[in-house]
Amino acid sequence: MKKLVVAATIGSLALVTAGCGEKQPVTVYKQGQYQGKPDGRPWENDQFKGDKTAWEKSIKARNGGQNENTRATN
Amino acid sequence: MARMKFLCDAERCIECNGCVTACKNEHEVPWGVNRRRVVTLNDGLPGEKSISVACMHCSDAPCMAVCPVDCFYKTSEGVVLHDKDLCIGCGYCFYACPFGAPQFPQDGAFGMRGKMDKCTFCAGGPEADGSPEEFKKYGRNRLSEGKLPACAEMCSTKALLGGDADVVADIYRNRVLKRGKGAEVWGWGTAYGKPEKGATPPAGAKS
Repeated sequence: MKKLVVAATIGSLALVTAGCGEKQPVTVYKQGQYQGKPDGRPWENDQFKGDKTAWEKSIKARNGGQNENTRATN
Repeated sequence: MARMKFLCDAERCIECNGCVTACKNEHEVPWGVNRRRVVTLNDGLPGEKSISVACMHCSDAPCMAVCPVDCFYKTSEGVVLHDKDLCIGCGYCFYACPFGAPQFPQDGAFGMRGKMDKCTFCAGGPEADGSPEEFKKYGRNRLSEGKLPACAEMCSTKALLGGDADVVADIYRNRVLKRGKGAEVWGWGTAYGKPEKGATPPAGAKS
């Protein structure tokens, strides 16, 4: 009888705690490490010679050029 | 510098395929590989809409997540690029991409699938900027020349905008508010509803 009670207790405990070991149903994406060659920055070349500000200025000017509303007044 | 993004205004796109031609010409893309294409919905019916589609350079790119050889990387400008020397042409990225951006040249025997090719936002690849090797594998690197993608700069109606996401969103927001149509759609406030001092929301605007 005692064995039965112990077995039942262990069984019920296992049932109760079963949910605790459940894994998250949503996969947590861990970004893999890039395995290829390293790439340089777009301003690290002969044209811009590492001048990030000059590169950003050039991109900003081109970006603004896409807005015909402001382009007409310039 | 924020993230580089494309935005296509379906109200303006006239399906001229100028962006597709510009891309093909700029990078000398082989036959059968379409880094950019124009998709038309309800073609031939009144009110048809066209949109230019290429790699959207996702902030959390699914192609990067599924690549078994980890050949993808993201530049500091938010451009998703890959190393063709590592690519094994498995096609997982094609299945993962919601835009069908990855392309596979099939010029080998028995329809063999080559290494993946996709829009680079005219930013080349991991080879030296402007080198012949980079051009052969990835096409021209306009970004390192201080220029924006050829497709966006070539667009005659300026339907396709490319560049710094904040600037592009600003251009589009002002355009929609000026023409008085488009701000009523669901999600407009979330995407473009920049709170401005003293500004009143457009009529019928929803968040």
